[in-house]
Amino acid sequence: MTATVTPVPPGPETTPTGTNASGASPSATSTDATTTDATSTDATATGGLAGTLRALARHRGRLIGVGAAVVLVLGSVLLGGGNWPSSLAVDLSGPLGRTSDWIIDNRDGHPLFLYFLGHISNTVVVSVRAVYLVLLALGWAGVTAAAALVAWRLAGIRLALTSVAAFAVCGLLGMWVPTMQTLALMVAAVAASVLLGGLLGLAAGLSDRMHRTLRPVLDTMQVLPAFAYLLPVVLVFGIGVPAAVLATVVYAAPPMARLTALGLRGADAGVVEAATSLGATGRQRLLTARLPLARKELLLGVNQSIMMALGMAVIASVIGAGGLGDRVYQALASVDVGAALAAGVPIVLLAIVLDRVTAAAGERIGAAPAHRPVLGWAVAAGATAVFAVGGRLAGRLSWPDGWTLNIAEPVNGAVDWMTAHLYSGVPFVGGTADWAGRFTTWVLDPLRDGLQWLPWWAVLLGVGALALLIGTWRTAATAVLAMAAIGVLGVWDPALDTLSQVLAAVAVTLLIGFALGVAAARSSRLGRALRPVLDVFQTMPQFVYLIPVVALFGVGRAPAVAAAVVYALPAVVRITAQGVRAVNPAALESSRSLGATGRQQLFQVQLPLARPALLLAVNQGVVLVLAVVVIGGLVGGGALGYDAVFGLAQGDLATGLVAGAAIVCLGLMLDRVTQPTQRREPAGKGA
Amino acid sequence: MARTTRSTALAAAAAVSVALTALTGCGAADMTRQASPYADAKGSRTVTLSVQSWVGAQANVAVAQYLLEHELGYRVDTVQIDEVPAWDALSQGRVDAILEDWGHPEQEKRYIENKGTIARGGDLGVTGHIGWFVPTYFAEEHPDVTDWKNLNKYADQLRTAESGGKGQLLDGSPSYVTNDKALVNNLDLDYQVVFAGSEAAQITQIKQFAKEKKPFLSYWYKPQWLFEKVPMTEVKLPEYQEGCDADPKKVTCAYPHTPLQKFLNARFADDGGDAAAFLKKFNWTTEMQNDVALMIADEKLSPQEAASRWVEQNETTWRTWLPS
Repeated sequence: MTATVTPVPPGPETTPTGTNASGASPSATSTDATTTDATSTDATATGGLAGTLRALARHRGRLIGVGAAVVLVLGSVLLGGGNWPSSLAVDLSGPLGRTSDWIIDNRDGHPLFLYFLGHISNTVVVSVRAVYLVLLALGWAGVTAAAALVAWRLAGIRLALTSVAAFAVCGLLGMWVPTMQTLALMVAAVAASVLLGGLLGLAAGLSDRMHRTLRPVLDTMQVLPAFAYLLPVVLVFGIGVPAAVLATVVYAAPPMARLTALGLRGADAGVVEAATSLGATGRQRLLTARLPLARKELLLGVNQSIMMALGMAVIASVIGAGGLGDRVYQALASVDVGAALAAGVPIVLLAIVLDRVTAAAGERIGAAPAHRPVLGWAVAAGATAVFAVGGRLAGRLSWPDGWTLNIAEPVNGAVDWMTAHLYSGVPFVGGTADWAGRFTTWVLDPLRDGLQWLPWWAVLLGVGALALLIGTWRTAATAVLAMAAIGVLGVWDPALDTLSQVLAAVAVTLLIGFALGVAAARSSRLGRALRPVLDVFQTMPQFVYLIPVVALFGVGRAPAVAAAVVYALPAVVRITAQGVRAVNPAALESSRSLGATGRQQLFQVQLPLARPALLLAVNQGVVLVLAVVVIGGLVGGGALGYDAVFGLAQGDLATGLVAGAAIVCLGLMLDRVTQPTQRREPAGKGA
Repeated sequence: MARTTRSTALAAAAAVSVALTALTGCGAADMTRQASPYADAKGSRTVTLSVQSWVGAQANVAVAQYLLEHELGYRVDTVQIDEVPAWDALSQGRVDAILEDWGHPEQEKRYIENKGTIARGGDLGVTGHIGWFVPTYFAEEHPDVTDWKNLNKYADQLRTAESGGKGQLLDGSPSYVTNDKALVNNLDLDYQVVFAGSEAAQITQIKQFAKEKKPFLSYWYKPQWLFEKVPMTEVKLPEYQEGCDADPKKVTCAYPHTPLQKFLNARFADDGGDAAAFLKKFNWTTEMQNDVALMIADEKLSPQEAASRWVEQNETTWRTWLPS
């Protein structure tokens, strides 16, 4: 991580827009984070000093390097080496243990629970139940018909057919009831997320002060790995649906809030001005001008909320959410990849259908309105009712038992064959177990030992210098403080162990992701072929591939890295491909006319011009890899991931919450360190 | 302009709080009666059972579920939860019963004695034991490996990339009871405890080792179906004596033999009718549990199919569990 990074040249840079808004992406993390605050070093320079300062700024990489070297020498003389000093650490196990005891002892009697939290919990149960009962009453025929008709109205006939096929597959896999449970949970959670996120976004869109206050909060919420806050939610609400829904809302509300605010702030000033001049009051302006103008962003927000919520469906099963996630989780317990896949496929299908339908609805906005929309909807509702009643009369409310396919056996057979033949003894290249062993000994061990060997202040210094090179003093301060917080929490060593795994996984992800992304950008056929594969990788619950990675790479940190790479790869490939593809064709054309070869074009034109996209891919790769750290704890990754899982499994708030907080700090640090600044206003419609 | 936006923001905030109040009503909510929204969906009587992540626990639940559904006319929901959170869920009424508990004295004190929200459900009939195991093929080649005093001799052979320069002691899920780190330390063993992180990962790794006839040393427990597929021999640790594991940091002895227990939500134990009476009487042997577990985990039958096969062949056993 000490590689020198050349400073970002000042000058106009395009903000990659909507890079992962398209496609099934449950992870629109901080793409549009910090759209403002582009205070590059030379922005403040004025007057005669300007020239000198600008020159200095151009060499700021070298300056920071020299400064770091000086501090390094001073530090080693004054502070010495070693780990985070225990005198600077705080042991939280006492107070956290007492908090947890207090909650358990008072949960049944304290007014806070009786009159507030208890009602929230009951409201969640009642709403999920209501949706579930409606879905059951519609029967499979009614639900499928409703889905198809909504898709038809919003997105056309092709998506309607896709929806029918998707729901049919859910039934064929024998997953009808769990699918309905998950759907009920999703409806409640997404509704709450949209409501909460919309209100927050409204506040942030209308008031500058709210916007400033909320932004860091939303930033933090988006780099939070979901596992980190499952434990406190469970402690307050207990195992089950309420806790699962609330955890999902925490995860899914931020994109809605962010996009609502963005939409309101981006509303065309001319239109708003016109409305004002016509004498519209503030409320009228909001309802008739600003909100309608922000429709696209609002719908994109709903879309993102849905994707995030689905991403959470399986993780929430760990705290008793039921439904498809629970099936995946239970299949994991009996080491049954086939059964896990059978429950994972409906999640992927739901994600694809919901994503395409809401995305299509977003694109339709602004297009010419359909003929007599009310009539169309009435037809749709009528047809749904016909199918529902028909199903009821035919006595076929639940999916017929005979109509199921057993995919578990062939899948398990395939996995067994693969692991049996690849694990070891492959001629010439060695088996996957050998690779994993070598990767652990040659990459992971030196990286971990190196990081842990570094004196604590040198790590802080390195983080600060790196953040300064790529970002601003503000991002640098956040990064250093986050790293210091890890030390204060007393988990310095495990955090550096986790960091070493993250760095290794990010390196592998970028290596493969850039190669694939560039290839996909240069060959549209490959791009088309990759798209469904990426969709599946991105939405398939990580639990499904836990067993195969262990079967291939053995228990340890290597399979954890492999799982992280699988999860983070799609986003990196997508962003890279889009960035390279978006390179100005004129630039390419002129280079071609100058006689550049394909290779020269790639390395001297396309990649340099796609630089912002590549940096964004790095940032996304880092954040996504970190999100899988806890999952890595389930396959022997150890360190913070294991501690977080341990805390959840043992109800140990002290271990779990501290590990969770440390993961969050690590996430903040990595996000800030890799966050390119120079993202100027107007930020456009990045999501 | 600024003034109007601020007042709009305020109005929005007020609307949120009003909506929340309206939504939540005004009376007291009972946090001890929190059923699943999916329960009773068709007006049937529902029992919710907690399943732990190991297959033995799945076997208990599968058979209980089958009999409750087919003989007593209940609908059964299952939820997979780790051991300690399961106690909490039981206390809140989110689940009605835990069928296999490996001993949680702290929770027993809190929920049974102090709060009275959980009731004992009696023995499961199966005795559990945790220990260190090596594969039998390795123990036959090197008979002295089965005594902990000789373990250091074999550290070299048990080394993996993950354990650094030491031998690897493979541990499992974070939810399991383990003193292994302390044991390795206190017995001066040249080993590194590597946590697989989940039982699934541990089983997958053990199977891979066994396929190649590689030596390994693992924390494992009985009853467990995997013994039928990968025969393993226990390594003798210093003998267990009552209270020798009182201080987890100073422990130098083996793990105890634990008769596994059932626990019921206290309210369910009183008003649960036939279902509660049945679950209290549920009691079978290690071999029976292993039969079902093996069908689930190795033959990949669904728990329901496995249970129905077992139920067909063992009528005399389960007849006695039904309430008369």
